[in-house]
Amino acid sequence: MKELSLNILDVAENSVKAKATLTEILLEETEDTLTLEIRDNGTGMDEKTVKSVTDPFYTTRTTRKVGMGVPLLKLAAEQTDGSFSVESSVGEENHGTTVTAVFNKNHLDFTPLGDVVSSITTLVQGHPDTDFYFSHRKGENEVTLDTRELREVLGDVPLNSYEVIKWIEEYLKEQYSSDF
Amino acid sequence: MKSLAELQAIREKMRDKVVLREDSGEIRVVVGMATCGIAAGARPVLNTFVEEVNSHGLNNKVTVSQTGCIGICQFEPVVEVYEAGKEKVTYVRMTPEKAKEVVEKHLKSGKIIAEYTITNDRLIGG
Ligand SMILES: Nc1ncnc2c1ncn2[C@@H]1O[C@H](COP(=O)(O)OP(=O)(O)OP(=O)(O)O)[C@@H](O)[C@H]1O
Ligand code: FES
Repeated sequence: MKELSLNILDVAENSVKAKATLTEILLEETEDTLTLEIRDNGTGMDEKTVKSVTDPFYTTRTTRKVGMGVPLLKLAAEQTDGSFSVESSVGEENHGTTVTAVFNKNHLDFTPLGDVVSSITTLVQGHPDTDFYFSHRKGENEVTLDTRELREVLGDVPLNSYEVIKWIEEYLKEQYSSDF
Repeated sequence: MKSLAELQAIREKMRDKVVLREDSGEIRVVVGMATCGIAAGARPVLNTFVEEVNSHGLNNKVTVSQTGCIGICQFEPVVEVYEAGKEKVTYVRMTPEKAKEVVEKHLKSGKIIAEYTITNDRLIGG
């Protein structure tokens, strides 16, 4: 992928596919590292599935044998000498998955984050009935979006209405330009 | 600064429109957003459809949605257009520029752009 934000979009789609009602996308930066966490409350995966999901020859889909989304993110992190892990649980109460990737930002093979705002609006546009929480922290500064708050204000107006998507886009862009 | 109060205003404004939208969606545009689609550039293609459908005032007639694997990775980004009573049209190797044209010619004026469809792509050999 050309931008990490595309990996984020791709891997967050897995959470929605796993019937998550809330998908959290958390970015935290230090001087040298970028930590990405994608956390969902979807159906989760059993141990065997988690093990094989980082292997490119694993997918539960039948139309094509190779799921590439998770392996690509893993590769992107590991090529910066970072780390990657998937934790998941299929329990009755606490099911869900957390994907964590740590990147060394100064490594030659670090893929830039790119247009993360566009990935967030794309997720909301495609999945207006599930919630997303986004946070990007760098030192004291934070950019956030919580669709649960928006939903409360919007009532029955769908989150993928053009006006709402535009509002989200500008809301995030404003935070980036003033806080980052 | 953007505020939640602005969203409240959007809600007020949309109240009537939402009712309209319920029985809309004569045309459905579906963008393939599996890993291969995203890697090939589906995100800007999708966003261009959302923008252009709005700027041509087609929001009540056209819905833009996303799907996973369409099964033809080598032709990504792939966009399918569904219209009641008509055959599905599959556009392949899409770009934001082609998306603009599809909105203008196909969605707005009903003229399929044959050279961007899959049948044509196969004939030429891509
Ligand atoms: N958050 C998640 N919750 C539950 N299952 C998941 C999650 N993430 C991945 N999986 C499982 O792992 C499989 C592989 O995911 P991966 O992203 O690698 O590929 P894919 O989504 O199947 O296909 P593609 O590469 O075309 O996007 C998924 O099909 C799904 O079964
Ligand atoms: S994975 Fe590419 S179209 Fe299915």
